[in-house]
Amino acid sequence: MSAPAVDVGHADYLKHAKGILSWLYTLDHKRIGVMYLIVTSVSLLLGGAFALLVRAELFTAGPTIMEHDTYNRMFTLHGAVMVFLFIIPSIPAALGNFVLPIQLGVKDVAFPRLNLASFYIWVLGACFLMWSMYDSAIDTGWTFYTPYSSDNANAVSAAAMGVFILGFSSIFTGINFIATINKMRPKGMTFFKMPLLLWSLYATSLIQVLATPVLAITLLLLTLERTMGLGIFNPALGGDPVLFQHFFWFYSHPAVYIMVLPGMGVISELIATFSRKRIFGYSFIAFSSMAIAFLGFLVWGHHMFTSGQSKTASIIFSALTFTVAIPSAIKVFNWLATMKGGAIWLTTPMLYALSFIWLFSIGGLTGMFLGTLNVDVHLHDTYFVVAHFHYVMVGGTLMALFGGIYYWWPKIFGRMPNDKMGRLSALLTFIGFNVTFFPQFILGSRGMPRRYYSYLPEFQDLHQISTVGAFILGVGILVGFAGVVMSLKNGKKAPANPWGANSLEWYCSSPPPHENFKVQPEATDPYDFSGWKWDKRTEGYVRKASEA
Amino acid sequence: MSEAAIDADAAHEDDDHGHHDEPFLGHHFKDHDHQFNTGKLGIWLFLGQELLFFGGLFCAYAIYRGMHPEIFVEGHHFLDVNLGAINTCVLLFSSLTAAWSVRMAQLGNKKGLMLMIALTIACAFGFLGIKYIEYSHKFHEGILWGQLFAPSPEAMEHAMHGVEANSRLHIFFSIYFVMTGLHGIHVIGGIIAYAWLLKRAAAGHFGPNYYGPVDFIALYWHLVDLVWIFLFPLLYLIH
Repeated sequence: MSAPAVDVGHADYLKHAKGILSWLYTLDHKRIGVMYLIVTSVSLLLGGAFALLVRAELFTAGPTIMEHDTYNRMFTLHGAVMVFLFIIPSIPAALGNFVLPIQLGVKDVAFPRLNLASFYIWVLGACFLMWSMYDSAIDTGWTFYTPYSSDNANAVSAAAMGVFILGFSSIFTGINFIATINKMRPKGMTFFKMPLLLWSLYATSLIQVLATPVLAITLLLLTLERTMGLGIFNPALGGDPVLFQHFFWFYSHPAVYIMVLPGMGVISELIATFSRKRIFGYSFIAFSSMAIAFLGFLVWGHHMFTSGQSKTASIIFSALTFTVAIPSAIKVFNWLATMKGGAIWLTTPMLYALSFIWLFSIGGLTGMFLGTLNVDVHLHDTYFVVAHFHYVMVGGTLMALFGGIYYWWPKIFGRMPNDKMGRLSALLTFIGFNVTFFPQFILGSRGMPRRYYSYLPEFQDLHQISTVGAFILGVGILVGFAGVVMSLKNGKKAPANPWGANSLEWYCSSPPPHENFKVQPEATDPYDFSGWKWDKRTEGYVRKASEA
Repeated sequence: MSEAAIDADAAHEDDDHGHHDEPFLGHHFKDHDHQFNTGKLGIWLFLGQELLFFGGLFCAYAIYRGMHPEIFVEGHHFLDVNLGAINTCVLLFSSLTAAWSVRMAQLGNKKGLMLMIALTIACAFGFLGIKYIEYSHKFHEGILWGQLFAPSPEAMEHAMHGVEANSRLHIFFSIYFVMTGLHGIHVIGGIIAYAWLLKRAAAGHFGPNYYGPVDFIALYWHLVDLVWIFLFPLLYLIH
């Protein structure tokens, strides 16, 4: 198999067309990916600001900087913005959109106009959510539980419709990715020769297409419940509020795998590249992505052990929940086995990847505590749950996103990110994250309930440690962004392949030309790093002469 | 919104996304077959998400029917089986014309294609017209959803023959109006999509090489039809 020639010399996609309209009307997956990267990053900063307000309030018991009503709004907005505007679209829609077609060697995703439409649907949904904040910020928690959500006076309908609309953005991205991966792989790339990122995006897309519509119909019913008084969820009208929880978690449990699976894909790429070693157990990692996607649909009831659902149902959901641990652990063990005996290169992306493994392991293992039926009855709705899902979702998505941004930034913008700031940021986010959330495990196991704005005096020390950690984490995130954004101005020009990786995106120039490849190249072996050697002059990797 | 957007193949002059010699072939596809097969997978995925979207409602139906079967038996007496049956026939016929429109596009028969699309649109309007008669009749008699459910004594007598109605009967009508209403919105979506097709068919865009959009929208239309095929017995024909 001959390697595709390094493709350089055409006008890159950033310079291909000029003017703001050439961005707003673009059908180019790379530009759409960049636009997603910008809006999801802004959402992260907004959601982060709400988080810091929440943590600042919790620095002392009783009112610190706000009253309890404001506090209820702050944690709701933090959750809603982070989940629906940031975590779900961040890696698939931003990095995935940019990288997926290039890794397949094609010029674009299968449906470029649907891709652009999904971006604008995201913008519309975000506008609804923002408007609901401006109108009268919701205080239901991001889960919109009935009956509180069906009869309170805040702008729940606007927020619910916002999430409804955002859901379709997610569905369309999923449709696009599945069709692209199924139908547009290059010659020689069977499913089991794809980079693992594509497997994880494929599994994610399946969940997006199959689970999100159920959330959509649920939120539509909630909105109709509020505006027209349907009585399906509202007990005052003879409805069943627990049915809402079933519907909601039928989507929202699979949705946590929408949040973490793409991150796992990114980590698989980073670990292999920076261990300079073939990924260990390729097919196990690939199948484990699909297994997580499948099992994710069968465990929603573990959010509802205390809701009054039948004991039999709870026992079955608890047992099924444990099975998710198997594919998750397979991934972690395979990453560790990949690193064993590898030539580990501690770049900024690799530091984030290692951080991911640490945080995800803690988050995953504490998930086992919560999946255990009788333990969960004690820990339900405590800070233990808060700490657990932050370890998985933030540890999962945020670390993988930053790792991915630092990894692909040279490809996206043609500039090397600032390595010192990147390392500092990786360190600060890792420390800040653990200082914030580890104490919350202890708080929760001692009985501190979540979503309370005040607490008993004995919880004060741990709350204060947690608040300090949150601000360290905030600084770490800002430094992380600064490290990449500043490189646009004074960063070193990036070579085509700064990391010596072998998936197809490293074969086109940095930034890639408008059409990625003139002709679709043949597949490479994404985990064979032997064909590249370091070139001092460009400070990047070039193909070894023998193969050229 | 989706049928139009999912059609990835028309020329995108603004972004240099077209083959220069083939106006309706996207630059990222090898040939028309490749484009057609990809679009077909896309529309099937879209239909899959539609199934789950309606699936939530069918699930709510099943749960309430399991918990309170009596409200479904009582509720169906308020519905007009004849009008429902006529509408079923109208939609079945429109599925025939939709399928025929695909054949006409494959044969490059522009007149036939336009006729079939026009017939499909006419059936869709016919369906909505009959649904309008049903709805306005119910509105008039106060047979509404949830908290607005306040049937006139005559309507109550006519359906229940003096038997006391179950206190949750309004939930049947919540489910009835949401399911048929959402289905109606899908019919309107189909009309918009077919109007767009009619315009393109008149411009002579479709032929044996390129008929993807006709095929995909027909598939969508069959799904809308299929949902009604389930709604009709589940709501109207209960004993």
